[in-house]
Amino acid sequence: MSKTGIIIRREYLTRVKKKSFFIMTIIGPLLMAALWIVPFFIATLTEKQRDIEIYDQSGVFRECFRTNGKFNYIFIEGSLDSLKRQFLRSGHYAMVYIPRTELSVPQSAYIYSSKQPGLNVKSEIRDLMKKEVEALKLIAKGIDPEVLEAIKTNINVGTIILDENGFEKKGSAEVTTALGLVAGIVIYFMLFMFGGQVMRSVIEEKTSRIVEVIVSSVKPVQLMLGKMIGVGLVGLTQFLLWVLLTFGLVTGFQLIYGHKLANGSASATQTIVQAPAQGAVPAMNGVANFGNDNQMLQILEDVRGIDFGTMLICFLLYFVGGYLLYASLFAAMGSAVENEQDSQQFILPVTLPLVIALFSVGYILNYPDGSLSVWLSMIPLTSPVVMMIRIAFGVHWTQVALSVVILYLSLALTTWLGARIYRTGILMYGKKVTWRELWKWLRYKS
Amino acid sequence: MEPLLRADQVVKRYAGHTALDHVSISVPEGKIFGLLGPNGAGKTTLIRILNQITGPDEGFVWFGDELLGQQHIGQIGYLPEERGLYRKMKAGEQALYLAMLKGIPKEEATRRLKLWFKRFDIESWWNKKAEELSKGMQQKLQFIITVVHQPRLLIFDEPFSGFDPINANLMKDEMLRLRNEGATIVLSTHNMNSVEELCDNIALINRSKKVLDGSVNQIRQQFSKKMFEVEVEGSFSVSDEVMAEMGFELIRKADLHNRLQLVFSVSSGAGTADVLHRLADQLPVLAFKEVLPSMEEIFIEAVNHHQPL
Repeated sequence: MSKTGIIIRREYLTRVKKKSFFIMTIIGPLLMAALWIVPFFIATLTEKQRDIEIYDQSGVFRECFRTNGKFNYIFIEGSLDSLKRQFLRSGHYAMVYIPRTELSVPQSAYIYSSKQPGLNVKSEIRDLMKKEVEALKLIAKGIDPEVLEAIKTNINVGTIILDENGFEKKGSAEVTTALGLVAGIVIYFMLFMFGGQVMRSVIEEKTSRIVEVIVSSVKPVQLMLGKMIGVGLVGLTQFLLWVLLTFGLVTGFQLIYGHKLANGSASATQTIVQAPAQGAVPAMNGVANFGNDNQMLQILEDVRGIDFGTMLICFLLYFVGGYLLYASLFAAMGSAVENEQDSQQFILPVTLPLVIALFSVGYILNYPDGSLSVWLSMIPLTSPVVMMIRIAFGVHWTQVALSVVILYLSLALTTWLGARIYRTGILMYGKKVTWRELWKWLRYKS
Repeated sequence: MEPLLRADQVVKRYAGHTALDHVSISVPEGKIFGLLGPNGAGKTTLIRILNQITGPDEGFVWFGDELLGQQHIGQIGYLPEERGLYRKMKAGEQALYLAMLKGIPKEEATRRLKLWFKRFDIESWWNKKAEELSKGMQQKLQFIITVVHQPRLLIFDEPFSGFDPINANLMKDEMLRLRNEGATIVLSTHNMNSVEELCDNIALINRSKKVLDGSVNQIRQQFSKKMFEVEVEGSFSVSDEVMAEMGFELIRKADLHNRLQLVFSVSSGAGTADVLHRLADQLPVLAFKEVLPSMEEIFIEAVNHHQPL
């Protein structure tokens, strides 16, 4: 094994064997899977039907309280005091008292319950009463409520992406947004996390002075590259484990709970399958699904429509490129200081672009092809985060290629510069290093 | 003896100052070579050049009859002054890692390390993390790491700093043993007693320049103050006048139990045999020897002498 190989092996194995790596590997997919699974789970939850007593003294609202899946309405009569006593004994959830008023239509009600009733109960009662009172008022003014109902309109906006060959692909802004966001944020955190690990490791070797023994055996640049590659492989391992475990968890979940959704999904799937064969009009049927009650199913269909392969390849390209770029800068900064506190002055300018990229996410999501988005996806310090978000929306391959080439050329440059600073920095002690000092180190001849 | 390592007119400049100014040293094979000098004289810079951690701006370093290069890294072992270990890494693992970086295959390195651990009686520490080891244990481990690849040339920078006397003696014994087995050792130290005990040759560097070199015996002769120590039977009383009559200047007189110890210097150019003759004529001499200056005295004298006004 080459010496760089030995270094890579150590850097990789010591990290992968750590407990924290194991924990991160497990927690990551659980969080990711929870993002998919929890909404499904909540959607399938059925709430227990609640008994609500209605004492309508006014007699106006008898029609509007209709027992449904959530609430069972029981109409009661009598004196308020005795009704209250009966209610407490009944174990019912709440009692609604609508008093008679001098006005033609009552506008207030009271909810009695043994504990604070949920917001949904309050809003349900209010909405039903409001609707009824509005209807009564319309009739009083001579307007037929049916006319009003007829003019209510629901607009569905579906997005369809036309490619050069005229093929249609149903787009979904919601799912694309979510996916782009997740990809961008994951890459952001991974760059920070693993870049930071490289820096801490450089500082550790410098302060423990082991570095002097090592550079008497290998060239500093070998040590730096070995460290960068070793830590990067840890990042890749972790990411691939995350993808596999998340996929496994989601698939497992679908196998176990899939039958609950099966009936509903059959019709939706059919529509999608038909769409490409019959052209534009059936595709509109697919779009109409947006209006369907089961939005989760719709999202599931959209997720299936995403080209995960391309996303994954791009993610790996940008992670590796972005990581090496930042790791070489972090390694150089780590070599210049003697503890992590001192590193702040150097870290801030290096990480500022990354933070800017994160702050501009809102803009990029709204204007994925806006000029700021395009620029940020070309500048190597921001391109890994920004281009990943843009790719989710679809970017012409030439732009991606250009951005990747810029990124990899830049990382070659930063690695060269970083190595020049690193080889001087790791052997420099007891000196408060300034940017000017770093500039001097860059120009030392080897 | 053919030199194993030779630095030839080596110059190293850093921004604003010259760390080494045309320094030449010659380290004979199979000897212990002391590299002496006050703090900041340029010793560590020279040692880093010998280890190829940094390169000279001018001059050359020869290893045997080749220019020092990457191919010699496996033949050099280096124990830096500021030595460290990976705190969280197990003792055996990191020794193995560093040995492999020196180019020894894993199995061979493991075999040799086990032997060394046994030799230093620290076998049970193989699986302990470095941070769990005592300072003495860490020093033993660092020593093993320095020598495990059986280098022809060993470079120790201040090896005794922070060692307790027992470990320091252990290290000295190991160094002498390694030399007797044929290794060449460069030893940078402030501890002048250990120089006298261990070193065959030295070079003294002060203010970036080499100010003195040669074999220890030769240098001590060179710095001889013509001082002698004599012991005579205690019944005699020897006064300053008696000594002055013989042409000696009495420096110190000590009354040991029924013996008298006299230390004196000779101002004339009289030889050692001549001095003994004169003494024996006058006094019942029990013991006689020349007092050579200690390396410490030579160090201080050479450094002060070299101090620009």
